[in-house]
Amino acid sequence: MSGFFPAFLALIVAAIQNGTPLLFGTMGEILTEKSGNLNLGVEGIMFMGGALGLAGVFYYEKSAANPSGVLAVVIALLCAFLAGALASLIFSFLTISLRANQNVTGLALSIFGTGVGQFIGEYMRVREGGYIAISNALKGVFQNSPFPAAMQQLPVVGPVLFGSSIFFYISLALAIGMYFFLNRSRKGLYLRSVGESPATADAAGINVIRYKYVATVIGGGISAIGGMVYIMTIAGCVWNHEGLSGVGWLAVALVIFCMWRPLNAIWGSVLFGALMILYLRLTIPFLPTQLYKILPYVVTVLVLIVSSLRNKKENQPPASLGLSYFREER
Amino acid sequence: MNKQHEPLIRLAKRDGMSAKKVWAIRLSSFLVAILMGALIFLLMGNNPISAYGAILTGSLGKKTAIRQTVKIAVPLLGTALAIAPCFKMRFWNIGAEGQITAGAMAASYFALFWVDKIPGPMLLVVMGLAGALAGALWALIPAFFRAKWGTNETLFTLMMNYIIIGIVRWLKGGPWEGRPGSQIIPNFDKAAVLPKVFGVHCGWIIVLMLVVLIYVYMNYTKHGYEISVIGDSVNTARYAGMNVGRIMMRTMCLSGGICGLVGFMVASGANMTLSDTVAAGAGFTAITVAWLAQLNPFAMIVISLLLGVLQKGADTLQTRMAVPTSISDIITGIFLFCMLGCEFFINYKIIFRSKHKEVSQ
Amino acid sequence: MENVHAIELRHITKRFGQVVANDSIDLVLNRGEILSLLGENGSGKTTLMNMLSGIYYPDEGEILVGGESVSITSPKDAFRYGIGMIHQHFKLVDVFTAAENIVLGLDEGGRLDMKQINAKVKAICDKYGFDIDPTQKIYDMSVSQKQTVEIIKVLYRGADILILDEPTAVLTPQETQNLFSVLRNMRDDGKAIVIITHKLHEVMELSDKVAVLRKGKYIGTVNTAETDPQALTEMMVGHAVTLNIDRPTYDDPQPRLHLSGVTCYDAEGVKRLDNVSFTAVGGEILGIAGVAGSGQRELLECIAGLQHVSGGTILYTPEGMDATDLVGKTPLEIRRAGVAMAFVPEDRLGMGLVGSMGMTGNMMLRSWQNGKGLLVNRKAPHDLADQVWHDLQVVTPNTEFPVRRMSGGNVQKVLVGREIASAPSVLMTAYAVRGLDINTSYTIYNLLTEQKMKGVAVVYVGEDLDVLLELCDRILVLCGGQVSGIVDARNTTKEEVGLLMTRVGGKEAE
Repeated sequence: MSGFFPAFLALIVAAIQNGTPLLFGTMGEILTEKSGNLNLGVEGIMFMGGALGLAGVFYYEKSAANPSGVLAVVIALLCAFLAGALASLIFSFLTISLRANQNVTGLALSIFGTGVGQFIGEYMRVREGGYIAISNALKGVFQNSPFPAAMQQLPVVGPVLFGSSIFFYISLALAIGMYFFLNRSRKGLYLRSVGESPATADAAGINVIRYKYVATVIGGGISAIGGMVYIMTIAGCVWNHEGLSGVGWLAVALVIFCMWRPLNAIWGSVLFGALMILYLRLTIPFLPTQLYKILPYVVTVLVLIVSSLRNKKENQPPASLGLSYFREER
Repeated sequence: MNKQHEPLIRLAKRDGMSAKKVWAIRLSSFLVAILMGALIFLLMGNNPISAYGAILTGSLGKKTAIRQTVKIAVPLLGTALAIAPCFKMRFWNIGAEGQITAGAMAASYFALFWVDKIPGPMLLVVMGLAGALAGALWALIPAFFRAKWGTNETLFTLMMNYIIIGIVRWLKGGPWEGRPGSQIIPNFDKAAVLPKVFGVHCGWIIVLMLVVLIYVYMNYTKHGYEISVIGDSVNTARYAGMNVGRIMMRTMCLSGGICGLVGFMVASGANMTLSDTVAAGAGFTAITVAWLAQLNPFAMIVISLLLGVLQKGADTLQTRMAVPTSISDIITGIFLFCMLGCEFFINYKIIFRSKHKEVSQ
Repeated sequence: MENVHAIELRHITKRFGQVVANDSIDLVLNRGEILSLLGENGSGKTTLMNMLSGIYYPDEGEILVGGESVSITSPKDAFRYGIGMIHQHFKLVDVFTAAENIVLGLDEGGRLDMKQINAKVKAICDKYGFDIDPTQKIYDMSVSQKQTVEIIKVLYRGADILILDEPTAVLTPQETQNLFSVLRNMRDDGKAIVIITHKLHEVMELSDKVAVLRKGKYIGTVNTAETDPQALTEMMVGHAVTLNIDRPTYDDPQPRLHLSGVTCYDAEGVKRLDNVSFTAVGGEILGIAGVAGSGQRELLECIAGLQHVSGGTILYTPEGMDATDLVGKTPLEIRRAGVAMAFVPEDRLGMGLVGSMGMTGNMMLRSWQNGKGLLVNRKAPHDLADQVWHDLQVVTPNTEFPVRRMSGGNVQKVLVGREIASAPSVLMTAYAVRGLDINTSYTIYNLLTEQKMKGVAVVYVGEDLDVLLELCDRILVLCGGQVSGIVDARNTTKEEVGLLMTRVGGKEAE
């Protein structure tokens, strides 16, 4: 008991930390896919969000005499969001207005976005003389829990409920908000109808193009925040493209895993977060670390297979996912 | 008529356009991409003309540079050829990265452990076959599940990439590690290295042969016909009595096999060892090569060379102007965006309010 | 108010590429009136109405609603002017409930109060006598329930101008009667109603006025009370047609295909064919009648080997050979044995044709496996394409021109021509004249009769009862996957067949 239970709690806390970037990435992609757009550029979007979020905070701290933690967080969120929104705007323009193939455009965005992220990361490093560092005080704001120490030290529930970074709580609120938006609001219903059957939505007087654009651009922005969260929390406020690579793709896979539902995404991302760091916490004899690390991918594959065996209507992807819409098609 | 209420812009499908116009549009999109790239150089404070100059001289200026460029283009072209049949069938294989790695891994096994048991040229043949086989098998797994249960192949093939790369990481730090602690697989013996022709490993000859073979395969064979029909309509294929699942698996085997062969060529010809980054993004970039070439093998030669020039040129940019190499990804991305976008102007015409006139761009 | 029309169209023209779908059309619609928009398939009825509902925008002309010139650029505009259209293909989201579909696209504030919406839907149902559960999912509904949802959808929006595009095509006669009484209620309520149709008896039964279109042109409007079917047909087709389809008798009929107890289920486990038995005879056209979705498609697919048959046998006896059971054989084996099938789906392509290929590529669909080696033989299919092109007068610039870009009739000629060219001993066609003009239809009828006189057993699945009665030798009627009767086409009446279409196993259908 004494050995296992604290270790388990520590695992959950770490899983939450690792799952938070995924949760942002996944939620953004859920919103995007609900509009019928399959944006495979999440990987690139998260790179851009990570690099620009870091850049925003770094240059803010450099220019401000007395940097405020709250403002730094807001700047990070804003920079990342705008980067992702801009990237998704390119995707939207090409696929919605110019009707380019979504798969290929998404991949092109992946190439472009990882390039931009990597470029900005490198460029800053070179210009600032080899190392970009955020002060420890700001680092703390990004990485530590926003709750008072007393709450964090509560037995058992303390670390799990109150011990995570502010971004986890933001993502949680966002997921719940998105659930209500999609299922309880008129606009959410209309958005879903656009993803299910754009012709129907169009005939009902819904502006299909606008819904697709807005959902995809906002979705991209949310996904990009995930990249920023990764860089500012897990990577320790330095540019680390190796650690970030693959997270975006996992986020896309997680969308299927949670069946396009924001609430499922919460526990799904924590579970995937756990899978990503399990090799550090729970060593299995005879299983080399490198093989252990592919666990999340193997699990995703298994999930894909299992979900293709289910055929309940509600669990299927939006019916027109990946297709472009042209009203006067004959 | 109430003209002011008529929508500003309407679209209509275009019924075919002269080849000349099509190429004019493609060319102008290419120019737009170059201009946008120039804008980025300007933003960074570099002279765009000297930057493009550096890219061109760095990639094509010297014999050695050209060799480097070709070396980059070979896996791109090979992989684009591999992907073409899948994409023609609307089977979104984005697992080329992993299939290349799997092929490289199998070929490396023979290069590392059978080098003194199999005589020279035979060894290369065995390596090539092993590479192709491993790539095919790695591609067959997602194809099987797609054929059987309709499992989403896009994400499946993608996940397979990370799995095989993880396995190679384990090999290079574990069983196949050279000097203990080095985390590197030793270089191949000379016998396991592809010979050079005109200074570049002979993979380029194999790839050019593949261009012709894939062209014939896609246009003149029964298999190619089946692939085209499935790509157009799975229902029609079923009506014609085609076994769609089997054809899917067969095509993916072929695709993965060629990817595996590419992996073998890169490991044996270019790197002379196996690393987890053997594919180096070629699997993804090749998809855009294949798509932009409209799945035409001959056009793929041009596009893969173009991207090769960009990548090699970016290296030169870094040494000469201290621009990070990732600029090549950005410029590649811009080119891809422009070329993807320009297809729209070929397939649709835009009708502006009240003019009722065809506008080509 | 008296002289203001609910809707007036002036000189409306709409083109699609080279095709003029509507050529300077004038039309008037009044409140408290049901107008039938009559015309053959392809005469431009749906296109015209789509311009009222905001799906298309006219190239030329003017639309007046209540006397005011308006511009309808989107379905939203249409709703604003009180125009609601019920499309032939329902525009419903499958995974939504009825009520969710009904409120789709409305601007009624941000919150979605389903309770209140459900109540409002119920109120409309009670007023006009609909029977719908607002919380039921669309994918659980029957065709007529879906149609009801569509109608409630436009009423919920307060539409007082309703357009219905071929509403009865998918309904049983009983359901049709229910619909008609609902429509009459609405007319008496002061609404203006347009019903698009090509069924004359419905026109006569339901409407107050009839407007006729022919090949994209407006022919005229008449009061229903002052006209008769003969006159309307003349307006519709331009010249008087008696459906004089030539029906010779073949003197040496041989049984070709014998089905007994054939049963099959679809992917969801619903029984689609229930104990179907019949014999198709060489030298005879066997018609298959039934409302849409009664198992016609499944029946043909079972014979062609495209559906899993879970019970029964399909015995096939080729000329001078012993009978073999087709159940369990692959589609390829069945086709090679001489059973051909031409199924024209609603979008014309997608089943049996490859849209992106030309005629040659499509002919190859039957022969691509011929010959040894890896390479495909293009010569034979190319010659065949040439032959079909000339024999059936297919309009296309060349045999490599993508069939997707051909017009509907020509696409069907390619499909039927190819199947006939394989010299089958059983030829199955489904909806072969779907959407064709009368002359082309006759070309197809003649082709089928020609095949029959060669001793081929022809199975003809059709929609138009008049044609079935004059073309076929016998008519098999399907209802809910069962054979409800097989009648002699020469000695039956439309009423008899119509009754059988709604009767399952001798019992009255619900």
